[in-house]
Amino acid sequence: MAYSDKVIDHFNNPRNMGKLDTKSKTVGTGLVGAPECGDVMKLQIEVKDDVIVDAKFKTFGCGSAIASSSLATEWLKGKSINEAQAIKNTEIVEELSLPPVKIHCSVLAEDAIHSAIEDYKKKNN
Amino acid sequence: MKLPIYLDNNSTTPMDPRVFEAMKPYFMNVYGNAASRNHAFGWEAEDAVEKAREQVAKIIGASSKEIVFTSGATESDNIAIKGAAEMYERKGNHIITCEIEHKAVLDPCRKLEKKGFEVTYLKPDKYGMVHPEDIEKAITDKTILVSLIMGNNEIGTINPIKEIGAVCRKHNVILHTDATQCVGKVPIDVNKMNIDIMSISAHKMYGPKGVGALYVRRKSPRVKLAGVIDGGGHERGMRSGTLNVPGIVGLGAACEIAMQDMEKDHKRIMELSDKFKTKIFEALDETYINGHPTERLPGNLNISFAYVEGEGLMMGMKDLAVSSGSACTSASLEPSYVLKSLGIGDELAHSSIRFGIGRFTTEEEVDYAVDNVIKAVNHLREMSPLYEMVKDGIDLSKVEWQDHH
Repeated sequence: MAYSDKVIDHFNNPRNMGKLDTKSKTVGTGLVGAPECGDVMKLQIEVKDDVIVDAKFKTFGCGSAIASSSLATEWLKGKSINEAQAIKNTEIVEELSLPPVKIHCSVLAEDAIHSAIEDYKKKNN
Repeated sequence: MKLPIYLDNNSTTPMDPRVFEAMKPYFMNVYGNAASRNHAFGWEAEDAVEKAREQVAKIIGASSKEIVFTSGATESDNIAIKGAAEMYERKGNHIITCEIEHKAVLDPCRKLEKKGFEVTYLKPDKYGMVHPEDIEKAITDKTILVSLIMGNNEIGTINPIKEIGAVCRKHNVILHTDATQCVGKVPIDVNKMNIDIMSISAHKMYGPKGVGALYVRRKSPRVKLAGVIDGGGHERGMRSGTLNVPGIVGLGAACEIAMQDMEKDHKRIMELSDKFKTKIFEALDETYINGHPTERLPGNLNISFAYVEGEGLMMGMKDLAVSSGSACTSASLEPSYVLKSLGIGDELAHSSIRFGIGRFTTEEEVDYAVDNVIKAVNHLREMSPLYEMVKDGIDLSKVEWQDHH
């Protein structure tokens, strides 16, 4: 299967790969997927005044899964929680030109965003 | 050194230039139909086919009369299984095979089940090996055929075919073995190994694609197979159709060369794969060999790199042509059924890569590949949340995963 140039770029030069302090009150962490399914994404956001000031990811998965989460962190930075919540997996599919068999990678990235936001909200209720 | 590097010799092998030379005259100059019995064009083609038949027979210790030419191992497996089932149906309807056979064996077996046959799919041990006692336990008075792979294409494990053959003999059951990965690589003697039917492919031993053979025992016992493709009665009725003369000449030449070079090839390939394995294992932790530690195909290394997904890893090693047991590389999104059957766990199946070193792999290529593998695994582990969790002392089996499938 041929990958799009954008997938290859994100794979070779992942943006925002790394971790934030999980215990911090300003950090929300989402961990989605399962090892036996072949993909696990950890996505973290740091929020100040309702705006995502930083985002980091780590992903176990194929090139498309890595690219989807890398792209997600790029898009998250600077967005409000509500704007972040509105990111759709189809936008990721379009941006990375993912083939149908890889759509689940973008769904996982959307799940990771929601899960990170949920975690942040839970901490700050 | 040219990139990318071909390390997928269990998928197919490059053709040996000596094989190509042998085939050349049979495309344009010698174009007769080997079945044309009444003119020189036919005789010349027939002579070439008969020479190849001798060459194929010799490398497996058979008589040339026992060789049937086919289009490849998939067809050979089909004729062996469906042909034996049809021929011996009155004797019984039970077939024994194994969970990790090639699809060319499993799919015909499934089809026969729909027609009323009963098939036992044995589970191999954790190394992918089936033992003679497993076979003996499974044999019933209805058993007509045992079909068991000699060397597994994915994990490289070589089955104790000789001992299994002895069990089959004792119970008067026919033994078919798919020896696609083994012919030309390891010594085979159909008589000493008690083999009744054997599938052979040319393109796995530096011959051309689209040609193979089936060994069918002619005496003690005499095995008969019903043809799958009818029309003209070629190859003693077991495989009708005009013979692929250039391909058959190529298969014959590949066998002769493999026989001459077997010892030399084996030694060199083992040195290279030992070097590869040693360097990888020195540099990377949590790396496991799938398949048998010693009883395996020369040059085949199936390795799981824990916490790294196979397709992602292949992308990181873009200069290496390899295969993966990961779900993402298959259309079904299921990880390899072979690895699953060994019970290594889906996560390690997703992390597996099959490397296949062959006759034309150089030491320079192996050195380059080792570096590339180590770099790619380290890059992906740095990105892997699983590796991070394990390093932080978290037991992954205790985590409640949010499975999105």
